[in-house]
Amino acid sequence: MGANDEHARIVFFDEYEDRHHPIVGGKCASLGAMTKAALPVPSGFAVTTHAFAQSLDDAGAPAALQRILDQLDVRDLAALSTASAACRHVVAGAGATSATADAIRTAYAQLCAKRGIADLPVAVRSSATAEDQPDASFAGQQDTYLWIRGADAVVDHVVQCWASLFTDRAVSYRQENGYPHDDVAMSVAVQEMVLPKAAGVAFTLNPINGDRSAIVIDSAFGLGESVVSGTVTPDNYVIDKVIFEISRRTVSAKEMEVVLDGDRVVHRDLDATRSTTPSLTDPQIKAIARLARQAEKHFGRPQDVEWAVTESEDGAFVVHLLQSRPETVWSNKPRTVSTGVTSVMDGIVKSLLTPVKVTNATPPEHS
Amino acid sequence: MSKTRFDSPFSVTTPPGAEGWEEMYSYSLLFSEQRRAYEDSMFWFRDAVHLPTVMPPFDMTLVQFAFASLGQYNSRHYMVPPANGIDVRILNGWMYLTPIPVADPADIPARVEHFMERAGFYFGNWNELEEKWIVKAKDVIARLEAIEFDPLPDMVPIEVVTSARGKSNMYDLTHGYHQLIDVALELWQYHFEFLNLGYAAYLDYFGFCKQVFPSIPDLAIAKMVAGIEVDLFRPDEELRKLARSAVAKGLGEAVCEGSVDAALAKVRALPNGETWLAEYQAAKYPWFNYSNGSGFYHTDAVWAERLDIPFSFMRGYIRKLQNNEEIDTPTAQVIAERDRISAEYLDLLDGDDKANFEAKLGLSRTVFHYVENHNFYVEHWGHSVMWRKMRALSSVFVKEGFWHDTDDIFMLRKEEIPDALSDMTFAWAAGTTPRGPSHWPDIVAKRRRIMDACQKWDAPPALGIPPEVVNEPFTIMLWGITSDSIQKWLGGVSADGGLSGFAASPGVVEGIARVLTNAEQVADIQDGEILVAPLTAPSWAPVFRRLAGTVTDSGGMMSHAAIVCREYGLPAVTGTAFATKQIKTGMRVRVDGDNGVVTILS
Repeated sequence: MGANDEHARIVFFDEYEDRHHPIVGGKCASLGAMTKAALPVPSGFAVTTHAFAQSLDDAGAPAALQRILDQLDVRDLAALSTASAACRHVVAGAGATSATADAIRTAYAQLCAKRGIADLPVAVRSSATAEDQPDASFAGQQDTYLWIRGADAVVDHVVQCWASLFTDRAVSYRQENGYPHDDVAMSVAVQEMVLPKAAGVAFTLNPINGDRSAIVIDSAFGLGESVVSGTVTPDNYVIDKVIFEISRRTVSAKEMEVVLDGDRVVHRDLDATRSTTPSLTDPQIKAIARLARQAEKHFGRPQDVEWAVTESEDGAFVVHLLQSRPETVWSNKPRTVSTGVTSVMDGIVKSLLTPVKVTNATPPEHS
Repeated sequence: MSKTRFDSPFSVTTPPGAEGWEEMYSYSLLFSEQRRAYEDSMFWFRDAVHLPTVMPPFDMTLVQFAFASLGQYNSRHYMVPPANGIDVRILNGWMYLTPIPVADPADIPARVEHFMERAGFYFGNWNELEEKWIVKAKDVIARLEAIEFDPLPDMVPIEVVTSARGKSNMYDLTHGYHQLIDVALELWQYHFEFLNLGYAAYLDYFGFCKQVFPSIPDLAIAKMVAGIEVDLFRPDEELRKLARSAVAKGLGEAVCEGSVDAALAKVRALPNGETWLAEYQAAKYPWFNYSNGSGFYHTDAVWAERLDIPFSFMRGYIRKLQNNEEIDTPTAQVIAERDRISAEYLDLLDGDDKANFEAKLGLSRTVFHYVENHNFYVEHWGHSVMWRKMRALSSVFVKEGFWHDTDDIFMLRKEEIPDALSDMTFAWAAGTTPRGPSHWPDIVAKRRRIMDACQKWDAPPALGIPPEVVNEPFTIMLWGITSDSIQKWLGGVSADGGLSGFAASPGVVEGIARVLTNAEQVADIQDGEILVAPLTAPSWAPVFRRLAGTVTDSGGMMSHAAIVCREYGLPAVTGTAFATKQIKTGMRVRVDGDNGVVTILS
């Protein structure tokens, strides 16, 4: 068992190599590549597609799944719902083979030992392998399990992730797009959890206008799930990616935060004062922007980055990157404003006749 | 409640004690009933960048030459398509400006054609023409230096007779004065030979950056052209060189002791002293022709006449060197940073944008050298020599009893001086008594009282009806007048103690404020303070090193304060409009040079 084994059940992020991509899925591949690039990614490992496939095969699940889905008409929503639930029941019932379960337990123990924390809290998330999943955000929302502690709980939630391959939407998507159900595979990311003061996303271009010189950060208190899911109106910051000047800041009235209550992740309302308190300090904003820029440079194209900031009592902080995906909306558009190469004289005359307004910097605004 | 317009210049009253102020200035600069319809229709903003205090009568000479030349290049030389010159008026001793657009849009196409040919010639031959410019500027200053004003003798020397010269001191004084005025005009003609074009090129590059990178900070755009070595910063460099040399020669302590004269005497007595003194003498000319202000006022202190100023800076450097502290300018880092960020922005562009960006940036860097450099030759060196020559002329008058103080001559308008000269030389020639000594002292005294009264007047930042948008390029770039700043003026001082302005130089810093209202107070600055001033002068550079940050009332991204602060890596917010009114020396303030915000903390 290990990274060099082509049939590895577990691949640690810091042992990741490009050849592992097909067996660890997009999310884990990105986390592995980020770890290799020395970006501050919380440690963790991928439970590979081999682990998934073996577990299902050993339990004879593929044939059972086939039988359920064979006659399904996905336009019949009631039938779809029943069939999907049955499939998830099959996957959950199959569980992990003992070899896979052992491998997960061992990897988790290594993680706990590395961090020096028994029952290290982890996040368990699916890592899709191909276009057999509807879309990243859908998958990401549905099968993320936060603050999972203890080896048994980890194994259990890995299996729950597997089962999420058979949500109503996933099943109908595959059926409609002609992807065979017996071909699906899933990898699962098990990653140390950080308890952030604030978290959110960062785009390495301005999603409003495609400006490639900007990094735009959405941020809220607590775990980033509130920003990703859209349940909170986040603070918004625009930073220049070359000189790292904060060119715009909008502090929003943030409705709630996702925090830990005992061992449970809960939504908590914010009082009026905290609601309109900026979720990040200027040094934190700049540190996030620098890391997002680093990720963009590493991957060679604009990125959509998930990040979290942890803060200690004395105000010292650490920025963690939890995910980095290629930005797809603006990156694929042509982005020149010039129509041909113009002479400087033509440019000067045009500018004189339509001068731009030099903007005064605006003070922080509260919305 | 905020207003929608500023007071009409015709509704402004004369401050008590300033009655009769109009006689100090040319009739052509006054608001008048004859031009009221025009004057009342315009928006006039106060030139707080170059002319932050009441104008002495003679000092208006250079101001008039400056605006005449600025306008001439726009409207008659290059035919800048949308813009004519800038009209000027004086009210209660304060200068107000209004940009004059080309009135009929139908004239613009023809102007474009001329502009392409004329400006194109300059842009196409920029470096070569700029080299010629330096030669011309130095030649003008040399001619200024050659003008001599000798006292009137009881009898002309015998050589005047034996050489059959045929003319005497009467002619020399009169001719010398006319020559001085002519040469000053010539100097100002050259001042704008390149400047308007430089701004136009920079503005085009600026606009392109905003187009391809809508949220790029103004500061990043400015940084990509910064850090070119220019003569404007040479005086400071010379002081650092002298400080290093003094320390290396073991003369550090001697240079730092007592008055300037005492220190120089001490140095002379020491081994290596003569060598250092020779270096010091060499550095003085031309580099100590450096003004502590904008150079437009005879009262601006010039290093050459106020050696205590460069000495205090030099002593600061020596103490730093003795403490093993770094005194070099970060020019190398500024250039490295400039190249890094230019490359990064370029890398974010595709296709034709890349080529266009490179061309515009390249031209901006070419022109920027002049934009910074001309200032030393004209406002510092040229003006310093001119003030010195005027004082030489004045001492002739003082000797003849026309007035008591050499600086009294600046209380006369330039048109009144030939009259006084004529009075003085005629009486000298006739062997009689001039009227001047009983005529001028009262006038001088009265004008000084008027100037004091005008100085106490709270001159409004603008007059008349504000335009809906400000988009005249020079107004924005040079004076920092934007729709936002006009709104701020109309709204008055904000209640929460917050001031906003241009994010002129990056960094956030907190410290104790030192509010300066005139250049003389520069010497009061303590290490680690935050300088709050109506504006700053490039020659304050040596104190920048001791400051934590800078805040000014006026100036845009391209004002001298902004440029110098960036060169020296000092957090700065410019164009806050009210900083010197709201902040008091000793208050604790935060300067956010990243976002252009100043906050009073306590």
